[in-house]
Amino acid sequence: MAKTQQFCTFFLQDQFFGVLVEQVQEVIRYQQMTRVPLVPEVIRGLINLRGQIVMALDLRRRLGMEERPESELPMNVVVRTSDGPVSFLVDEIGDVLEASEEAWERPPETLQGQARELVGGVYKLEERLMLVLDTERAVASGEDAVRKLSRTMVQ
Amino acid sequence: MSDAEIVREFLIESYENLDRLDRDLITLEKEPGNPETLASIFRTIHTLKGTSGFLAFNQLEAVAHVGESLLARLRDGQLALTPEITTALLAMVDAVRQMLGNIEAAGNEGERNDQELIATLTSLLESKTETKAAFAPGTYASQSHPSPPSAPDMGARLVCEGGAKASERLEARAQPGERDGEEGEIRAEKGAGKPLDAAEAMASPPPARGQSASDSTIRVDVAQLDRLMNGMSELVLLRNQIVQYSNSTEDSELLGTSQRLNLLTTELQEGVMKTRMQPIGNIWSKFPRTVRDVAVGCGKQVRIEMEGKETELDKTIIEAIKDPLTHLVRNAVDHGIESPAARRGAGKNPEGRLFLRAFHEGGQVNIEITDDGAGLDLEKIRNKAMQKALVSADQAARMTEREITKLIFLPGFSTAEKVTNVSGRGVGMDVVRTNIEKIGGAVDVQSKPGQGTTVRMKIPLTLAIIPALIVASGGDRYAIPQVSLLELVRLEGEQARQGIERVHGAPVYRLRERLLPLVYLNRELKTDGKEQGSGSSPATASSSSETQNVNIVVLRADDRQFGLVVDEINDTEEIVVKPLSKQLKVINTYAGATIMGDGKVALILDVMGLAQRANVVSEVRDRALGEREEQQGPGARNGKQRNAVLLFQYDGNGRMAVDLPLVARLEEFPRHTIERAGGQEVVQYRGQIMPLVRVSEVLEGRRSDPADSGPESLHVVVYSDQGRSVGLVVDRILDIAEESLVIERHTGRKGILGSAVVQKRVTDILDVPGLIAAAGLSHQLARAAEA
Repeated sequence: MAKTQQFCTFFLQDQFFGVLVEQVQEVIRYQQMTRVPLVPEVIRGLINLRGQIVMALDLRRRLGMEERPESELPMNVVVRTSDGPVSFLVDEIGDVLEASEEAWERPPETLQGQARELVGGVYKLEERLMLVLDTERAVASGEDAVRKLSRTMVQ
Repeated sequence: MSDAEIVREFLIESYENLDRLDRDLITLEKEPGNPETLASIFRTIHTLKGTSGFLAFNQLEAVAHVGESLLARLRDGQLALTPEITTALLAMVDAVRQMLGNIEAAGNEGERNDQELIATLTSLLESKTETKAAFAPGTYASQSHPSPPSAPDMGARLVCEGGAKASERLEARAQPGERDGEEGEIRAEKGAGKPLDAAEAMASPPPARGQSASDSTIRVDVAQLDRLMNGMSELVLLRNQIVQYSNSTEDSELLGTSQRLNLLTTELQEGVMKTRMQPIGNIWSKFPRTVRDVAVGCGKQVRIEMEGKETELDKTIIEAIKDPLTHLVRNAVDHGIESPAARRGAGKNPEGRLFLRAFHEGGQVNIEITDDGAGLDLEKIRNKAMQKALVSADQAARMTEREITKLIFLPGFSTAEKVTNVSGRGVGMDVVRTNIEKIGGAVDVQSKPGQGTTVRMKIPLTLAIIPALIVASGGDRYAIPQVSLLELVRLEGEQARQGIERVHGAPVYRLRERLLPLVYLNRELKTDGKEQGSGSSPATASSSSETQNVNIVVLRADDRQFGLVVDEINDTEEIVVKPLSKQLKVINTYAGATIMGDGKVALILDVMGLAQRANVVSEVRDRALGEREEQQGPGARNGKQRNAVLLFQYDGNGRMAVDLPLVARLEEFPRHTIERAGGQEVVQYRGQIMPLVRVSEVLEGRRSDPADSGPESLHVVVYSDQGRSVGLVVDRILDIAEESLVIERHTGRKGILGSAVVQKRVTDILDVPGLIAAAGLSHQLARAAEA
C-alpha cells in the first residue's frame, strides 16, 4: 500500500489547492486587517491573532490571479513558517483530504509564471486536481519582493 | 540529579565564582594581603578544584590545583603578592573559563596545553620571596584551629580522595537549610564521623556558595521570565480592551470591576517588569578586570570607581548596552587617560581615575563614564575628519567645539594613531551610538582639555512596554514612541491656511522663528487619497483638505527636528511593542506593531527611518553640514549667534532672558512647600534639597515678600549643573524665543551678562553662575557637586 498524506484544502478562483496538514496552525474566518503602507500588495495587512500579530498574504495576488471581488471576504489559513505564523488569504476552505503518494505528479512544464515556483506538485484526485502549495516559498518570495522594493526605494 | 544536571549546576556556579574571582584579584592587587579577599579567592579555587576532580575534569583540576597551592602560600604569608603573580592568577582564571566554556559546548575541557601556565604558576610558587606580608599568618581562616602549616597540601590530598565527599557536597547543596549560619553546624556534624572532612572544613571555610544571597532568592530560567513577560503583555492588551469596552457601557458593576482589573494589572505589570530588572553592577563587575588588562597592556595606571551599581535596568537592555559600555571603558583607558609620565608632567596624580556613574532621572537611566585624562584633542579630531573627508576644510574651520566633539560619532572615525590591541578594531563610537539609539537611548560626549572626558548615555528602563503617542492618518492609527516626541502644535483656521509656507515647494512652519520642515505622514506612506476600506476607523474625516486644522507632531531624529503632519492626535498610551515579521522589518519605516484597546493592530513608526525616508536626515556628511548651518546660521559669520532663550518677568515688570540650554525644567511650587535651611530658602525637589534664589531680590536688592505672604505659588526656573539644581524664583514665565542675539556686554552688574534685543525689545541676559555667586550660593553648590 502506498503512503498517504493529509492535506488542508482551499479554493482560489475555482482552483483547488492543498497544504500539508502539519503545516497548518489553524483556519479562521475573515479578520479585520491593518494595512501596512509601502509594502508590496501581496501583503494585505496585519491581523491580531489572540494577541499575536500575524502578517496576512493574499494568495490570489501572490499567484498573479484576478482580484477577489470586494463583496467576498477571504478566509485565513494560518500556516507555521520558520519566521512564525503567517496567514494565507484564500477564497473558501475545503475538506481535509487524504491523498496517496501514487497520485502525485510534478507540475507540467507548461505551468508558467509565479505559480511555477510555488506549486510543488499535483495530486490527481478522482474528481479534480489538487495543487500542492509550497508554503515556505510562498512566504519567502513575499519577503524577496519587499527587499527588492526597499532597494529600489533606497536608490 | 542526572550527571548532565550536575555538570550544569557546576558550570553555573563556577561562572559566578569566576566573576567574583576576577573582582577579588583586582581588589587584592590594590590591598595586598587583605586576609578576607585572599580567603575568598582561596575558597573559590578550592571549590572549583574539588568539584572538577569529582566530575573527572582532570585538566581543570590540575590547573586549579597549582593555582590553589600558590594561593595557599599567599594566604599563609609565605609569599607576597606581586604583579606577576596577579597576572599569572588572572591567566589561570582565563584558562579555567575557557575550559568551562568548552565543557558547556562540547562536554569536555578541549584539547589544550596548559603546561606553560602550570609551569609559570609553579615557578612562582617556588620563588621563595620570603617576606613579611602585610598581615600575620594565622590571624584569619585558621584562628581557632591549630592550623597545620601543611594545610594546602592536606587540602589537595583530601580532594584527590574526594570523589565521595564531593558528591556529598553536591547533594547537600540541594537540601534546604544548609545555608549561611546553619552551614557550619551541619558541616561540623558531618565532620564528626570523618576527621578528614573536618580537616578540610578547617583548611578552607565552607565554600562561599551562599555568600550574600540567602534563602530568600531562587534562580529562575530567563526563558521562563520571557514567557511571563509575554503573558503579561497579553494581559495588558486585554485590560486595555476591557477598560475601553466598559467605559462605553452604563453597567456600574462592570465599570467597578474593570477599574480593579486596571489597577491590578498595572501592579502586576510593575512586578513582572521588576523580576526582569538587573543591577547594572552585573556588567560593571567585569570592568575592573577589563581596566586592569587594558591599563597593563598600554603601561598606564588606572583606578576605577563606581557609583550607582545597584541601578536597575531590564535584562534585554543590560545585554544591549554591555558591549557599548565595555567599548567606552576600554576607550577611556586606552585613549583618554594619559601615561603616568605625561600625567606627572601635567601635575596630575600618575594614577588615572575612571569613574562610572548610574542614576535614575525622569523615567530613564543615565550612565556616565568619566575619565580624568587629557580630554579630546579637538585639533586632531578636526584634522582627522578632514583627512577622512567627513567634512570639508571650510566646514571644519567654522565648526564649534561642540560640533567637533560630535564628529567622533561619525562612521569611519577613529583618532587612534596606531591600531592597538585594545581599540581601532572597527568598533568605533559610531557603533556605540547606533547600538544605544537602537534601544531608544541617546549618547553624548563632553570634554575639557586637560581635565578629561565624560560620555553620558540616557537609556530607557525597558523595551517591552513603552509610552507612545497615538496619531491617525489616512484612516489608520500609528504609534509614535514618546522618546522622539518634542511637542505638539495645532494650527486652526486662519493659522492653518497661512502658517504653512513653502521653500521651493518644501512645506515648512515657523516654530519660534525657526523653520521646521514638515513631513506629511499620508504622503510619506503613500496613503493619501486611499482611505483604508476595511478599517471603518472614526478618524477618516479630516485628512483630505489642508484648509482645515493642521496637527503637527514635532519629532526629533538624530539632531534634527521635523514636524510630522497627521490627521488627528490622540492620547499617549502605554503600548506593548511586538516585533514585526522578518518580511516587514526590511522596510525601516516601522519599529514594530502593537495591539490597541479595540483589538486592532497599529504600526509603530520608526521615527529615524521615517526621517530618512523623507530626507529630513540623509547622508552623514549632509548632516554634519546641516548641523553647522542650523546652529550657526548665516548670522554666525557676522559674529552673531543663534540662541534659544527663556524669557521671564521679574521685579514687577522687568524683563529678562536666560540661555535655554541651562534650564532643566520649569516648575511651580506651592508656597507652603518652601522651607528654610541655614537661612536659605529651599524646596524638596526630586529627592534633593534645592536652594531657591529670588532673582528680584539678588538683582535689585529688594526684599521680596516673606515666605508666608505673597503669591500662592512660586514660578521656578530649575537650573542644573553636575547633578545639582538651583531654583530661580521669577514672577512669571513669558516665552521661549530663538533669535540671533547680539549681546552688549555690561560690566559691573553682578548676575547680568549684558543685554540684547529679543523679540524687538531690549532684554537683560541673566548670568546664572554669576547670579548664584551673588546670592552666596556658589560654594554650597561646589561642595555639593564634589560630594
